[in-house]
Amino acid sequence: MLTVKKTGLYTSIQDLGRFGYRKLGVPGSGAMDSYAASVANSLLENEEEDAVLEITMTGPTLVFEKATYIATSGAELSMKCNDESLEKNSVHKIEAGDEISFGQLEHGFRGYLAVKGGFKTKMVLGSRSFYFPVTDLAMVKEHMQIPYEETLDFEPRISSVTTKGFYKENILKVSPGPEYAMLNDTQLEAIFSKNFTIAKENNRMAYQLEEAIEGHKMSMLTSATLPGTIQFTPAGKLIILMRDGQTTGGYPRVLQLSSTAVSLLAQKKYGDHIRLRMH
Amino acid sequence: MNKYPISIEPFGEYAMLIKWPEEVKESILEDMLQFSSYLESNCLKKEKWELVPAYHTMAVIRRVPIEDSANLKRELLMWYEKATKAESPDRFLWKLPVCYDKEFAPDLPEVSEKLGMTPEELVSLHTSCTYTVYGLGFLPGFMYLGGLPESLQVPRREHPRMKVEAGSVGLAGQQTGVYPQESPGGWNIIGNCPIQSFNSENDPPSFISTGDKIRFYEISEGEYQLFKLESEVGIHKIEKIKLDADS
Repeated sequence: MLTVKKTGLYTSIQDLGRFGYRKLGVPGSGAMDSYAASVANSLLENEEEDAVLEITMTGPTLVFEKATYIATSGAELSMKCNDESLEKNSVHKIEAGDEISFGQLEHGFRGYLAVKGGFKTKMVLGSRSFYFPVTDLAMVKEHMQIPYEETLDFEPRISSVTTKGFYKENILKVSPGPEYAMLNDTQLEAIFSKNFTIAKENNRMAYQLEEAIEGHKMSMLTSATLPGTIQFTPAGKLIILMRDGQTTGGYPRVLQLSSTAVSLLAQKKYGDHIRLRMH
Repeated sequence: MNKYPISIEPFGEYAMLIKWPEEVKESILEDMLQFSSYLESNCLKKEKWELVPAYHTMAVIRRVPIEDSANLKRELLMWYEKATKAESPDRFLWKLPVCYDKEFAPDLPEVSEKLGMTPEELVSLHTSCTYTVYGLGFLPGFMYLGGLPESLQVPRREHPRMKVEAGSVGLAGQQTGVYPQESPGGWNIIGNCPIQSFNSENDPPSFISTGDKIRFYEISEGEYQLFKLESEVGIHKIEKIKLDADS
């Protein structure tokens, strides 16, 4: 077990997410930046579906009760074990009683902390990913205990990596969505030339973009949406659905982010800028 | 079974979207669900694929990226031509209890006035129709219901509520439905259904599927409290009628 001493801003358990329940309205959930979650799991030679902690902007303080190994990836968040600084993208040994805490966010928005063997919280509909009300909690609570298995000895084959190459990209690649054909030249020109700002309305469900483009009057019947679907509101706003996003919607789906772009966007916060480019 | 002219286009790296003619029509929904059952039982393993039907479209989603979408499109078109009926899972008409008493129906007086009828007339109309589930989505277990008569169609509230109670039964435009969870919302609330159709402890978590039918019936406040208790402890027996596949 580890005990959550402080929760941080929005810390949750995430894995690869749920599969097979979208037709009942249950989103996939899962790590917002699946690339970073995979890096952290890979360093520990975990299974790809092992659950990790997703940390948002302000990290938690965690007390580990059993020896294990951890690795973090994703956002640049300073991290300490007791009083000693730890590097991200590397494997660290943790002794029973060690306290992990996080400091300043330097870059990005979401960090991932993996533990050897993965966190063993309850599976709900085939996944450990937190998503309220499918799971009881949306985020970890103070004093909550999170189970994991003890690991005394582990020799990592690769003890550290770099992810700089992945995150230097500021352009999000998109492909046409089902209602792409409704866009006129003015709207297309705006979509692919504007330097968009991430709006305050951004969370695990969706990211809204601040700048509006010329609106529309198209109405359509509700149809399936996916993580990375860009919805276009009549007022001309673009809303990018993310991992906890609704499974169907009635706004035209003009563009679709690549899965790499979904991970990159997950590292953007209010006020950051992005550009869109056709694949 | 009629075959429709369908179109199939890639939808991102993981999905294809199949479109039937854009209409709210039982025969289209039926054809789409037949195809969905055919695909599930013969072509696409459920560990690797999921299907999301709603109204006149169905998304075919793969767990990992689709490598050759042109080939998948050819296969889907071929399967559609070959698809036969008979494999459809059972469908049901569910009878959902609703308490239309004042405390559960904050908008009932205003809405009935707007529609030019008494609250009793509104309730009797709302409980006399059979609604079709054209899709589940938006929130876990939320039903998109078709079949609301024109005489019950009223615009959304001008000012959405920050908090609508779970179970609230609402009217909005051509739609009626039940809020599965507490959430913000702009529908006109005319009652509350004590039965939770969605429970993540069960697998599948929702007893209602797309293509099922819904009828509401009126209950008293006393029955409401009992049904709610029964539903929460998992002993409520909901009334259901098996629908004939040919109906």
